[in-house]
Amino acid sequence: MLLTESLSTLGKFALFIKRTIAIPEKWGVFFKRYVAEIMKLGVDSIPVVIVISIFIGAVCAIQMQLNTTSPLMPRYTVGLATREVILLEFSSSIMCLILAGKVGSNIASEIGTMRVTEQIDALEIMGVNSANYLVMPKMLAMVSFIPVLVIFSMSTGLLGGYLISVITGVIQPSTYVYGIQAMFVEWYVWYGLIKSLFFAFLIASIASFYGYHVSGGALEVGKASTKAVVTSSIMILLADVILTKVLLQ
Amino acid sequence: MIEVRNVVKSFDGVEILHHVTTTFQAGITNLIIGQSGSGKTVLMKSLVGLHRPEEGEILFDGRDLLAMNRHQIKELRKEIGMLFQGSALFDSETVLGNVMFPLVMFSKMSKAEMRDRAMFCIERVNLKGAEGKYPSELSGGMQKRVAIARAIALNPKYLFCDEPNSGLDPRTSILIDELLSDITHEYGITTVINTHDMNSVLGIGESIAFINRGSCDWTGNMHQIYTSGNKALEEFVFATDLFRTVQKYALQHPDEAGIER
Ligand SMILES: Nc1ncnc2c1ncn2[C@@H]1O[C@H](COP(=O)(O)OP(=O)(O)O)[C@@H](O)[C@H]1O
Ligand SMILES: [Mg+2]
Repeated sequence: MLLTESLSTLGKFALFIKRTIAIPEKWGVFFKRYVAEIMKLGVDSIPVVIVISIFIGAVCAIQMQLNTTSPLMPRYTVGLATREVILLEFSSSIMCLILAGKVGSNIASEIGTMRVTEQIDALEIMGVNSANYLVMPKMLAMVSFIPVLVIFSMSTGLLGGYLISVITGVIQPSTYVYGIQAMFVEWYVWYGLIKSLFFAFLIASIASFYGYHVSGGALEVGKASTKAVVTSSIMILLADVILTKVLLQ
Repeated sequence: MIEVRNVVKSFDGVEILHHVTTTFQAGITNLIIGQSGSGKTVLMKSLVGLHRPEEGEILFDGRDLLAMNRHQIKELRKEIGMLFQGSALFDSETVLGNVMFPLVMFSKMSKAEMRDRAMFCIERVNLKGAEGKYPSELSGGMQKRVAIARAIALNPKYLFCDEPNSGLDPRTSILIDELLSDITHEYGITTVINTHDMNSVLGIGESIAFINRGSCDWTGNMHQIYTSGNKALEEFVFATDLFRTVQKYALQHPDEAGIER
């Protein structure tokens, strides 16, 4: 029962994506919408990404300091471990989980509202491929802008650790700075960026899918928005496991 | 002209439309009337291809919608304008943006020509001066008029209106009806209007199809409706004392009501 239901949802999702990915009716219109979505979904997310990253960076540094008190470990371990946490998981996976909440609910409720107020029907009647017109700019905007957000998150996360070492002196700022440069693996940055591309696609497509298939009224729009956030979060974590296995092992 | 033949539509195994057959003529206002829940919206959405009926034919001047592929439907839709129950204006666009939208998507006009055409349509529905406003700043009647302007922007051959005066006061309703009727005659459009408003039925019902529980029970016009002899139709149209009085008067003065003997 549950299996057949999931399979049929997956099939519906595949058909939806197939309809979404098409040559836009008018490139000029598409480009305008794409830029608008970058502003709305991407640029407007920069502040929250910065704030959260600074705090998590700071908390990581404190936690690492508390848990690496053994005299066998060099003091710069704090910086090194904070960097690894941020590059490997926080700035891609956790950040995208947060964005699934912020951006995913925004997309699902916007498209869902257009569905229940018959705006999507109006597009279809005019002969517009509504899935392509509405969803493709969002999907491309998310995928193309997510690396910017990830880089913001990585740098401000590391900055957060630095700030806490300056403010509280849990460790010497210079030791922290030495730590975040020690044994640096460039691939980890790429790994985070590559993962984030997949996560961005998942957020935009899953949220659009649930919004697009709302039927009923305002109540259903709210439900769709919740479902979008829950499903895309689970899918991000699942994809994280698979991508980590593929990219790091 | 649109010919509907034996159209059957079900949802989840429940048949909603039972072999509906009727015809909508060009250049006049064709009404589909019936109680709430009788299947008017389902019929209209089937006519424009938003629902896909299991059986039947829907001929747009001879071209069968149900035999068309996606591309052909898309081409046909460029000849169709539609007015939705809730107006369905794009919230993020101004009045001008809404009316220009179909032109931007589908016409090969220059920007200035599009603007001129959109302004012409906006003036046609008496909304000059409101072109810079957003839908949320307009009254229900004004939103309906913007939707009409948007629907006629590309000079449609066919115009579909789902309850164009639901939620409007009687005076505004009549203005909308008159506007739709004028536009229909002016441009020779095949106009199909869903309604359960008796003022519309008796005011612009040049051709009327009565849908009763998913079947087309009666067809005629506003003059014939007084003497239909159809029980369900009588109960539906002359449900209130006011309209029973109107009926009585019409039957006593058949010449005035245009009743043929
Ligand atoms: N998408 C749908 N899925 C299932 N049932 C539907 C759907 N749309 C309409 N119906 C059913 O079809 C019947 C006719 O509805 P509708 O055409 O909206 O009536 P109205 O004449 O008021 O416009 C109703 O019983 C409604 O529940
Ligand atoms: Mg209806």
